[in-house]
Amino acid sequence: MNRRAVITGVGVLAPGGTGVQNFWDLLTEGRTATRRITLFDAGSFRSRVAAEIDFDPAGHGLTPQEIQRMDRAAQFAVVGAREAIADSGLATVAFDPHRTGVSIGSGAGAVRRLDSEYRVVSDDGRLDLVDHAYASRHLYRQCVPSSFAVEVAWATGAEGPATVVSTGCTSGLDAVAHAADLIRDGTADVMITGATDAPISPITLASFDAIKATSTRNDEPRAASRPFDADRDGFVLGEGAAVFVLEELTGARDRGARIYAEIAGHATRSNGFHMTGLRPDGRELAEAITAALDEAHTSPEDVDYVSAHGSGTRQNDRHETAALKRGLGAHARRTPISSIKSMVGHSLGSVGSLEIAASVLAMRHHVVPPTANLHTPDPECDLDYVPITAREHRTDTVLTVASGFGGLQSAMVLSRPDGSAA
Amino acid sequence: MKARTLITGVGMATPHGIGVADSWAATRAGKNAIGRITRFDPSPYPSRLAGEIRDFDPRDHLPDRLVRQTDRSSQLALTAAAHAFEDAGVRPADVPEYGGGVVTAAGFGGIEFGQNELRNLWSRGSRYVSVYQSFAWFHAATSGQISVRHELRGHAGVLVGDQAGGLDALAQARRRIRRGSRLIVSGGVDASLCSWGWAAHLATGQISAGEHPERSYLPFDRAADGHVPGEGGALLILEDERAAIERGADNVYCEIAGYASTFDPRPGDGREPGLRRAIELALADAALGPWEIDLVFADAAATARMDREEAEALIAVFGAFAVPVTAPKTAIGRLCGGGAPVDVVMAALAIREGLIPPTVHVEPSPEYDIDLVTTHPRPASVRTALVIARGHGGFNSAMVVRAVD
Repeated sequence: MNRRAVITGVGVLAPGGTGVQNFWDLLTEGRTATRRITLFDAGSFRSRVAAEIDFDPAGHGLTPQEIQRMDRAAQFAVVGAREAIADSGLATVAFDPHRTGVSIGSGAGAVRRLDSEYRVVSDDGRLDLVDHAYASRHLYRQCVPSSFAVEVAWATGAEGPATVVSTGCTSGLDAVAHAADLIRDGTADVMITGATDAPISPITLASFDAIKATSTRNDEPRAASRPFDADRDGFVLGEGAAVFVLEELTGARDRGARIYAEIAGHATRSNGFHMTGLRPDGRELAEAITAALDEAHTSPEDVDYVSAHGSGTRQNDRHETAALKRGLGAHARRTPISSIKSMVGHSLGSVGSLEIAASVLAMRHHVVPPTANLHTPDPECDLDYVPITAREHRTDTVLTVASGFGGLQSAMVLSRPDGSAA
Repeated sequence: MKARTLITGVGMATPHGIGVADSWAATRAGKNAIGRITRFDPSPYPSRLAGEIRDFDPRDHLPDRLVRQTDRSSQLALTAAAHAFEDAGVRPADVPEYGGGVVTAAGFGGIEFGQNELRNLWSRGSRYVSVYQSFAWFHAATSGQISVRHELRGHAGVLVGDQAGGLDALAQARRRIRRGSRLIVSGGVDASLCSWGWAAHLATGQISAGEHPERSYLPFDRAADGHVPGEGGALLILEDERAAIERGADNVYCEIAGYASTFDPRPGDGREPGLRRAIELALADAALGPWEIDLVFADAAATARMDREEAEALIAVFGAFAVPVTAPKTAIGRLCGGGAPVDVVMAALAIREGLIPPTVHVEPSPEYDIDLVTTHPRPASVRTALVIARGHGGFNSAMVVRAVD
């Protein structure tokens, strides 16, 4: 018996407005949510733009204790998980907590709390030996981000396998892939899965400033994230979470669940080359694409839309373009490709899950989101990146890809299981 | 019939030493490696003992450029991984280009590197933050560095499940091998013995305040008052059985026969914790009855509640005093993401050597009806072993290893 994993619920917190509808409106209108950083005074940093969420945890139903205990990223995950459960209708049926697991991705963990806690216990770095008497009693759960899975399990009642997947910038795909694996091999019937990151913090800015990875278009924040554009100058940090209810197909059908998409195939490859460098030929990402398509029993010609990594660094965009040509062959020139990072920024680990959310919405509405700010394509990036405006386009199969530090390359194929509503 | 996943090489970096021979010799002799912290001045803190890896100079094991860009946890892991490859006798040509992968567990990530850069940021300014910070601190650093160093271009994974994460990583490696990978180096290493990491440990309220290295980490003992943290871990070479035979692997330890993980009910729920279910599911996955398990490596959290929960789960599954139980970690401390991989290596060695390593320092409390192997190693025919690992917040993982004929 071939078990299949399908998405039956979606919850999103993204820059530009929380909730799935706001997210989709932003993407299809091609608006950009990048702006001058307001979360703290970023005046002394090289890059001072980011895509932020105007987030009111109490307004989302978090209690004062939950707000004190959880880093912003954990708060995003819990709010996203609740929205996904509500969307799936799972709350109204008797699901078995023992057969329900959690797989949450995060690249940067609780970095905002670590930054602020460190300032206190070290007295702004004056103390080499930190003063533990000033530490929050929740410091361990900030240092070891498995606490994110704990919070989501508590919020949803899951008592099956629970974990955090932290593969850096591929976490958002890899966490959902891990969840799909657990459903397929019979370990779980339902998985609460997705990814969260809230990395906009001084230490994050400083670490990307140090390697000049982020954009310095500080005077034009809305135009700063420009994947595939000749005038791009680095990525723009973002934040957010997307959480899904993943179910085994038969069980989902039996309860009459709305089925968004099947996780039909996925693969991760390492470049075994460099922690931050990419080989220009894109071989490993292409190999991940091929392996994901094989697992999905799908050929390149079936891919209707590619949700790109498209971070907006020169190195990535060229690498990815080469990988798509290698992995999809001639079809790379025929299929629309876009990067929502142009609008919601690059939220490190979580953005892969936001891109899965954008992909399933594209399948639902047969509209593909654009790449904003793409006015003058880099001559080496010569594919159809859907510049500026969204496009109506028949979308039944989506390829979404991610690339990250450590040399990690991931690809996932989403498809419409036969017989599910178009 | 699923192909078996074999352990064909092991590498360790623990407070007992770098390399398997040192670690096993010290463990079987019941040698203590817990002592007063030397990596920073512990005198201002209410707990001052840890299991430290002394005499580890990363430059003895790794090229300078790699040392500069890595946290201690990655340095220890890279060292253990190199030992594991050597132990397995694997040459790069033995593995097809995308057939080899890496899956590690991480708990704290590169916390010591991170403390230094946080200090630079806040005391000197953002321009003083290292160019390596962005990829030395994050939890994927170790998997990334191992894949780069050993040119492993297949699957890569990183799981965070606190102390349980090490088993979850090994299980993901087995899952990927069943889906086509030939070889995966897997396990975990944590190194959190900097003052910043220490403050986090202390915040749990579960760290022993004991002063005496041999009377501090005392699971299943009336004097239990929390654990002693340690640093280190293990990396294992896992191979698909057919691939191992094909390349002529000649150092097979055992197979990973079963695994499961569960999560506890919410605190205050009043229902039974998930540990018994994790053990039962792992046994079922291995197609073994409780009577077929020869040895249990306990999680041994050393708080009254956690010890009682663990003892009750073991008694529920196996019966009172029905199976030998041990926790050699009392000599080295709890290693977070590195702890369970070390126990899996200990289980593999117990099978190979026919010897149960002891739970040193503990005087078992009569309130727990378990056969805890204390003080001296116990000779025994060990064909199967169960390893238990639990993490903060409610993670329960269990893994069964079995001898290969």
